[in-house]
Amino acid sequence: MLKIDNLHAEIGGKEILKGLSLELNAGEVHAIMGPNGAGKSTLSYVLGGRPGYEVTAGSVSYNGEDLLAMDPHERAAAGFFLGFQYPVEIPGVSNVQFLREALNSQRRVRGEEPLSGGEFLKLAKEKAALLKLDMEMLKRFVNVGFSGGEKKRNEMVQMGILDPRLAVLDETDSGLDIDALKVVGEGINAIMRQPDKAVLLITHYQRLLDYVKPDYVHILAGGRIVKSGGADLALRLEEEGYDEVMAA
Amino acid sequence: MSHMPTIHDEEWRYADFTALETVPEAQVTGWDEIAVAPGEVLARTFVLDGTVPDVQRLRVTLGEGARAEIFAVNAASAYARLEIEVTLAPQSHFEFGGVLIGGADVTREFVTRTIHAEPEATSNQTVRAVHWGTASGNYLGRIDVARHAQKTDAAQDFKGLLLEKGASANAKPELEIFADDVKCAHGATVGQLDEMARYYMASRGIAPDVANHLLIRAFLADALAALGDEAEQERLFDLALAALGDAA
Repeated sequence: MLKIDNLHAEIGGKEILKGLSLELNAGEVHAIMGPNGAGKSTLSYVLGGRPGYEVTAGSVSYNGEDLLAMDPHERAAAGFFLGFQYPVEIPGVSNVQFLREALNSQRRVRGEEPLSGGEFLKLAKEKAALLKLDMEMLKRFVNVGFSGGEKKRNEMVQMGILDPRLAVLDETDSGLDIDALKVVGEGINAIMRQPDKAVLLITHYQRLLDYVKPDYVHILAGGRIVKSGGADLALRLEEEGYDEVMAA
Repeated sequence: MSHMPTIHDEEWRYADFTALETVPEAQVTGWDEIAVAPGEVLARTFVLDGTVPDVQRLRVTLGEGARAEIFAVNAASAYARLEIEVTLAPQSHFEFGGVLIGGADVTREFVTRTIHAEPEATSNQTVRAVHWGTASGNYLGRIDVARHAQKTDAAQDFKGLLLEKGASANAKPELEIFADDVKCAHGATVGQLDEMARYYMASRGIAPDVANHLLIRAFLADALAALGDEAEQERLFDLALAALGDAA
């Protein structure tokens, strides 16, 4: 589904990704872990097409298409979802309006009929309940006045409504308390653990992986994947730390 | 002898004098005058969307406890200026909400003069300006508080949004306060569209032009928020956003 090959990327003239390669197939959950400054967030933004992140070499193929040639909104319509580490506040635009516009924009690109207001609200209620987010929050302005945990749950509600094929979740677990972590973990499983979908979890900690069991774990350091393994690699990292595991 | 304003007149300092020459002098120097009886409400909306230079001037005198609720969209495709002067009586209120919007090499302006001649009156002006091309949006807001006009509560807020380099916004709040027990709040800011909000929207599938539309509507919202007539509010929003066309 996603094939990253020898990806080099820089921001402000500083090279952050230095030959990163990674392949995800449908039905798989991959986790990327790594020390601060390794390039984890840069990877997520490059995949999401954020302006300012320049790819200098390498390629990213998504379902056989050149992901890097697509505009951010085209990536979304093609089923790519980026869960933000710091979800953005948009004063004056309600969540409901934002998400309905987003979903219907995607549907139009895919040649599907837009959802009516009633149909959309039904879907939104269902996904908000899944993530235990009060429906009232969805009527408020996008992320304005939300706590850190509410913003992350709101990201997952968005993911549930938009129903992507590939989700890259950048530190979705940060800012969550233990109960919210469980809710979010179960939400990710419910929405994304499907044979035709794939997930790339970017995280600092093992704890989210207790709920969302990865099939593969990769260590990102110095802009490259330096080690890959199964779920046990994350446990070892938690116990031994990056230096020890990478040296082994 | 002509009484036409010149560039040396403070209140005309940002005007387009070439365009102004084509407007009849009586229109530039005369006033439409309305006296609002005690306890009555004057509700007026102005739409300036002409193709030839235009100046409109309204002078209102409020009786005790009366209200003037004036809302305006200036989306003209030639120089257009709306001036509102209101003299307040005790317990009266003046509300003004205005939207200046447009592109090309056109100057659009609002001028308000709020005269707190008596105690215990309130006033509020909220102006939003959105410009592109080499257009200029100006707001000159003068507030006079007479010596015995204690307990005056006056507020004025201007925000400018420039969509392109070359566009400009001028705000000139002018407060002359002779009473000592008054509240006079004013603020003026000029900025650009929030790039991170645009990217966040794109990442959810919203095309750039639609994202701009949503963000600009949100930006304008405060100017028309106090307009109680929802149908009229919607009409003014539509007029303002129609001016946006494919500019953004």
